Amino acid sequence: MDQLLQHTLNALILGGTYALLGIGLTLIFGIMRVVNFTHGELYAFGAYMAYMAVMLMGMNFFLALVFAIALGVLLGALVEFVLLRNLRGADIDTTMLVMIGAWIALQNGEQLVWSGVAKSIDTPFPTTPLILGPVSVSYNRVFVFVVALLLIVASYALINRTRLGKAMRATFQDRDTAALMGVNINSIYTATFALGSGLAAAAGALLGPVFVVYPTMGDMATSKAFAIVILGGLGSIQGATIGGFILAFMEELGAGYISSGYRDAMGFLLIMLILIVKPTGLFAQKERIG
Amino acid sequence: MAMRSLTLATTTIASAAMAALLFAGAASAQDTIKIGVTQPLTGAFAASGNYVAYGAKIAEEEINKAGGVLGKKIELVIEDNKSNPTESVATAEKLIVKDKVPVLIGAWSSTLTLAVMPKLEEYKVPMVVETSSSGKITTSGNPYIFRISPTSAMEAKAFTPLFKSLDIKKADFLATNNDFGLGASKEFSEAAKAAGVSVGVTETMDPKATDFSAQLAKIKASGGDTLFVTTAVEQITLILKQAKDQQLKARIITTGGSNSPDQLISQAGDAANGSMHLVFFTPWFPEAVKNPDLAKRFVDLWNEKKHPVGGLTEGFRGSDALNVIVAAIKAAGKAEPEAIRKALWDVKVKGINGDIAFVKQGPAGKESAQNEPSVYLVKIDGGKVVKQ
Repeated sequence: MDQLLQHTLNALILGGTYALLGIGLTLIFGIMRVVNFTHGELYAFGAYMAYMAVMLMGMNFFLALVFAIALGVLLGALVEFVLLRNLRGADIDTTMLVMIGAWIALQNGEQLVWSGVAKSIDTPFPTTPLILGPVSVSYNRVFVFVVALLLIVASYALINRTRLGKAMRATFQDRDTAALMGVNINSIYTATFALGSGLAAAAGALLGPVFVVYPTMGDMATSKAFAIVILGGLGSIQGATIGGFILAFMEELGAGYISSGYRDAMGFLLIMLILIVKPTGLFAQKERIG
Repeated sequence: MAMRSLTLATTTIASAAMAALLFAGAASAQDTIKIGVTQPLTGAFAASGNYVAYGAKIAEEEINKAGGVLGKKIELVIEDNKSNPTESVATAEKLIVKDKVPVLIGAWSSTLTLAVMPKLEEYKVPMVVETSSSGKITTSGNPYIFRISPTSAMEAKAFTPLFKSLDIKKADFLATNNDFGLGASKEFSEAAKAAGVSVGVTETMDPKATDFSAQLAKIKASGGDTLFVTTAVEQITLILKQAKDQQLKARIITTGGSNSPDQLISQAGDAANGSMHLVFFTPWFPEAVKNPDLAKRFVDLWNEKKHPVGGLTEGFRGSDALNVIVAAIKAAGKAEPEAIRKALWDVKVKGINGDIAFVKQGPAGKESAQNEPSVYLVKIDGGKVVKQ
């Protein structure tokens, strides 16, 4: 029973971060339809920027998170402006190849700048865990969970309740019509990519102190994020959120009660099952063709 | 379009061929003995692979300062296998075919080394294995393998008396899901059973995983007094931290020697205290090893280069491997693969780990060579590494 409680708590905490990874990518991959292999690199970038701010510049921990997220937004905007703007209208394969190139370049850039040795980030949280009866969890992870939920709610509100969100939805539903209605589609493309990238950087900056920071940390983030987005249905913030939690529970309980060797396979097994039953994912919006 | 890409392809191939010819000419003109090194300089094992390469470079410099071997200078050709078995094969083939190295050092992880092994047989080039510990490497009948690092079985054997002295009653295992981790948890659980210790759960994790909460919750429920962990330092750091978060009471002992206690102290902080680590070099007390002068000299050279202190426990492997090879070349009197292979069997080298010499292992007639290295257990206590 204690073990089940601990697994449930672990899955809940892990699910929050998976959801955060998922919503960033669902904006870019789900709404913009860019197969974004740099998502994990933005995650790593956020973590390295938090490392730089806290450990090298001596910045306040919470301020450093804001700083890292802001730089992530800027890097995302830069990637969109330099690489994707010229590829608008290019087929999905071309864009995908360019993004794979950007992924390799960013990852090796991180390696060059920071070397391969993992870095750790100090936190202001107590090192003793928060003990809740038979189970326990670190304060840092509780903080990550709370911030992740806030960011998810904020993103949902931005997309569904603001003028900018409406313009985003319009642009990716029908670019030409949106442009005719006076939407500046170039800035909408940049803003959406920057927002998705900022969320990835936020996940990295939040999780960097929980784990350690190293150049290939983004690979795991990319593969999980794609899984979550496909599970939840493309372009749906609720879908990505619920998908993140489902993946976390599958992994945690699968590893706990079936086999830890197949921990990372559990999520993908579930995705296959769901896609067989519901090929558009759990919460996909209706697709408009033509 | 098709025509243009065809022309482009032809031009590319032609210029690549020209470049290859030029390089080949340049290489044969130099009067050096080339030695190939394949290590993970990027990817998941980048930190460790770079340390091994640093160690080999320190030895290269020392050997050349002392006049080289057979009147020639040694030249390391270091290739990056990107922590990836496919790349590992490609680098070995490149070193053998293009650089024409007569002997290799490689390839850090067991999986990377196992991938290269068929190529050694194909081209008949020996390789000194400096880190890998999977038993399969020396028992599969590959006569080109000369391993200076201990096998997991050797580590488990060296550890056996400690089950009693550390008062271990029930052991659980957590290992990375590859040849290294699975091999070690099998050997250590067999050794534990033989010593009358009961074995709880054996959990595995993906080599890239960062969250072990599920495994640790299960291990906590199993309730052993000791948890054996086999993986590289990055995952060990996270396991120590997360074990503390989940209030795991079991004592953690890591195997495999790629556990860099210095790095654990700096990155896991408090969570590292009380953990124990099997290492093959003890730079914290160089006087305790078999050849203290060599150990002290290596630590000094390492610090002179300002390499990270945490890398010493990996770095010595590169140095020992190169010294073994140079001794073999000297004994062979020529730098040719078959002559070096024969000479390696008889080398007796004073290394940083201890005295290095090879014994036969594996199926008769196709034996691989295995050294019997020293194994040390150290403990992290109050943020310092102490003798256990």
